[in-house]
Amino acid sequence: MSAEVISESTSAAEFWAGVRVGFPVTVASAPFAVLFGALAVENGFTVAEATLMSAAVYGGASQMVGIELFGQSIAPWLVVLSIFAVNFRHVLYSAVLGRRVGHWPILQQAVGFFVLTDPQYAEAERKGEAGETVSFAWYMGMGAIIYVPWVIESGLGAFFGSLIPDPHAIGMDFLLPIYFIGLVMGFRTRAYWLPVVAISAAVSIVAFNVVGSPWHVSIGAAAGILFAAALPVRPGKLEVGPGAQEGADL
Amino acid sequence: MSATLWIILCGAVATYLTRIGGHLVLSRFDRIHPRVEAGLNAVPAAVLTTLVAPTAMTAGPAEWAALIVAVLMSLRFGMLALFLVSAAVLIAGRQIFG
Repeated sequence: MSAEVISESTSAAEFWAGVRVGFPVTVASAPFAVLFGALAVENGFTVAEATLMSAAVYGGASQMVGIELFGQSIAPWLVVLSIFAVNFRHVLYSAVLGRRVGHWPILQQAVGFFVLTDPQYAEAERKGEAGETVSFAWYMGMGAIIYVPWVIESGLGAFFGSLIPDPHAIGMDFLLPIYFIGLVMGFRTRAYWLPVVAISAAVSIVAFNVVGSPWHVSIGAAAGILFAAALPVRPGKLEVGPGAQEGADL
Repeated sequence: MSATLWIILCGAVATYLTRIGGHLVLSRFDRIHPRVEAGLNAVPAAVLTTLVAPTAMTAGPAEWAALIVAVLMSLRFGMLALFLVSAAVLIAGRQIFG
């Protein structure tokens, strides 16, 4: 057997190992993909637009924020800014992951970072920390099994969501806050989590009433972040909460 | 181009920048300043909290019950169970409180 054949079969095995790691995330995120599609249509997206957003943005929480603000007829650039704010946490994942995948060719890195979600980060970092190589095949196996169903299920959710007769009765307008609080709780093991949440909550409520939406998002978040940065540094490393690991947020 | 399409495409570019940006920018530094790291660590909880807090303030008993159940569920269960049970509480609450 030549070295090339061995390398190819290794890549295939790595890919399927990645698929296995990603599969629980596929299952856990499915209801949220469907929910996103249904809510997107309710907020004025077409089925095609909802599907495109899942394919192009591929970030659950930010997509939910996007359609929520779009439904409130907020200026498009502010919706984009809010999507950026919600996704800003990826900057840190990206910096940490870069140390694990710096050996990949540039094009593979460019593709790999496109599918960098919370669970993707968490599993890659766990693998790297265990002393194993994070290969492109493994990483993309995990990425593909999450990405492809996410896009398809969003489209299905959008299509069938348009058939729901009374969205309020089944609580559809308040499902997003429930989802968001689940994500917040998922980060509770992080340093200064409780004071950060308390300050962000208080400041965002004040900003919501004084300045208005969507500025309460940036202002409230900035208050919590600056507070955390100003406190004495607690040793520890970046952690991803259980909510994120289960793929609730892509 | 429609506003929706504009939002989707610009949102996608902005998101991709966050995914590649940390590697391109932060990795140029040998180590991240501890305060920057502490601040970045706080980003997700801080941002997501602001999406819930004002809405929760103006909500009613059905919504509050759902949020409380969500917090309690998070201590013991995963996201999916949390979401389904809290949504059930919300729907039941709306039947009761109107």
